[in-house]
Amino acid sequence: MQDDSFISIRDVSKHFGDVHAVDQVSIDIAKGEFFSLLGPSGCGKTTLLRMLAGFEFPTFGEIFIDGQPMSSVAANHRPVNMVFQSYAIFPHLSVSQNIGYGLRNDKLSKAEMEFKVDEMLELIKLQGYGDRQSTQLSGGERQRVALARALIKRPKVLLLDEPLGALDKQLREQMQLELRALQRSVGITFVFVTHDQEEALTMSDRIAVMSEGKYLQIDTPNQLYEAPQNRKVADFIGTVNFFNARTESVAGGKVSMDAGPLGKLSAAPGKLEFSEGQNVLIAIRPEKFSISIEKPASGNAIEGTTDAAAYLGDRSHFYVRVNGVDKPVAVSAQNMDRTHDVTQTHQGQVWLSWEDDAMVILHED
Amino acid sequence: MVDRSLALPDSVAKKTTGPFQWLKSMYLRSEPFRGYVMLSPTLLIMIVALGAPVLFLFVVSFWTQHLLDFTPGFVFDNYITFLEKGNYQNLLWRSIKISGFVTILTVLLAYPMAYFIAFRVTKNKLIWIILITVPFWTSYLLRVFAWKIILGYNGVVNSGLAELGWIEAPLEFILYNPFAVVVTLAHAWAAFAILPIYVSLEKIDRSLLEAATDLGDTPRQRFFRITLPLSMAGVVAASLLVFIPTVGDFVTPALVGGPKGLMIGNLIQLQFAKANNWPMGAALSVISLMAITGIVCAFLWFTKRIRTQDL
Repeated sequence: MQDDSFISIRDVSKHFGDVHAVDQVSIDIAKGEFFSLLGPSGCGKTTLLRMLAGFEFPTFGEIFIDGQPMSSVAANHRPVNMVFQSYAIFPHLSVSQNIGYGLRNDKLSKAEMEFKVDEMLELIKLQGYGDRQSTQLSGGERQRVALARALIKRPKVLLLDEPLGALDKQLREQMQLELRALQRSVGITFVFVTHDQEEALTMSDRIAVMSEGKYLQIDTPNQLYEAPQNRKVADFIGTVNFFNARTESVAGGKVSMDAGPLGKLSAAPGKLEFSEGQNVLIAIRPEKFSISIEKPASGNAIEGTTDAAAYLGDRSHFYVRVNGVDKPVAVSAQNMDRTHDVTQTHQGQVWLSWEDDAMVILHED
Repeated sequence: MVDRSLALPDSVAKKTTGPFQWLKSMYLRSEPFRGYVMLSPTLLIMIVALGAPVLFLFVVSFWTQHLLDFTPGFVFDNYITFLEKGNYQNLLWRSIKISGFVTILTVLLAYPMAYFIAFRVTKNKLIWIILITVPFWTSYLLRVFAWKIILGYNGVVNSGLAELGWIEAPLEFILYNPFAVVVTLAHAWAAFAILPIYVSLEKIDRSLLEAATDLGDTPRQRFFRITLPLSMAGVVAASLLVFIPTVGDFVTPALVGGPKGLMIGNLIQLQFAKANNWPMGAALSVISLMAITGIVCAFLWFTKRIRTQDL
């Protein structure tokens, strides 16, 4: 267990019969961190969150919260609170009663309770909504009430199970920012489950990308996008082009490769280890390519034909067919020039060029 | 004046004429009309088999009996008789009490069963529900007779207890009294209580229960704060489904009630059959109808107040 970790998940597995929903996961989360569990449905992220909440217990392993082992602590005694995917607003109670629900076991005076509830209503900007029936609330309001209800107990950890999934796009983006600001102001550790990578990238300090009960990489949003450590992460976060290559020499912080149709390339290996004569993958993000009609004077470049061009206003997307490469190469270009940039919608012969540090070398899985 | 731009071409207009076309377009256009059309078979039966007889009962209750004939009229003689005869009133009051007990007992016994099926059974819920209805596969009369055999002087309970040496003489207080009526009716109406409570429990979003636990509730607190309030609709429905029909029941009290377990239904039956006093029977029916209506309204008002109260 690391000394500075606030939540420590130690070799935790959860089996449902033969299904290993979570498989020997160890994660450390720091105090005050906004930590996201990201992955497709069925990857085990929700099971992990439910184990933190105490609704499920690990088959093997132990979870520590603030140094305390949780394996014998029931859900109603844990220093955590949860915002549910469906919000789980009690339909027979008013907004105030919902928000104050968790205080009812705390033996507070009526005035104290009202004060705390009002404080929360102010925090979520729903002043004056206290007496409303919870069934009259809109989706966004329900979300806020669920948040206030969970925060009023001042939990050590707030767990959020896809809380923005039910909102429309505009409201979701607004709530992402609000949630992030709220987390900074209350200083509570957030563990956030989502399948939406954009949401995770926008809000998190760190993200664990999960797949089939294990995590593939835990990193900052920037590192996950720019320095993925395996094919699945590169594929799951954003769009990426993969090219097959074979290493020729590994020396002096450079890996030289023969990338077939792309020619001889060399790039820095990042955190991964490579040996000579190894089959590898080169990953290049669409926006790391430059597209031009004339052949660039120097650098890595390859000729291709644009299959399809999609003009999106601020940028254009191209699919460029390159001889010897199976899939068309996805390219995204910023439309910097208002009038003269022919590449905005160009179809036909083009040149793609890229820098050495645009390439991420990955092991072939 | 026809607005030419909105007028249909002749070929289309022709198709929308004719006597049945008007009905058809009415059917398609009007939601209430469509509703009444769909209701019509049931509505017809209800009017013929329920509305008309109740109306007839109401009218007859103001008639009088003279020997073998009834005299039509509009006099309150029968109602005055009811107010004069204390034992008539007692019988109605006893019926309400017995049904009240039956309702409370049935709902209390049905709730755990419904809870079990809704929350604990994960596979084959349908089989459990079918099992609950199994007693209904035999006739009501047979089930009442079965209780007579179970509770009787030489019945299953008495001979069982005697065999164990716990009693020397058969217990007489378990049959031919209100207790036997309550037990028999509670058993007979169990399914009518289990099913509505089950449905209301089944509808509760499981994350609400998890949320309550998450906010610090013990299972017991959670039950009284979340589960019970959210299943009140089922409890109310179950109570009404049991209370209303049992007040007027006359088969069970006649078979297992003995003289002390007789109910208003037995008296009404007596008036219509042996006593041949239809007007009195009708008046008693109308009185119990109104009594039940009053109690049900009070009950609904009360439960609604509980549900909307600050917890």
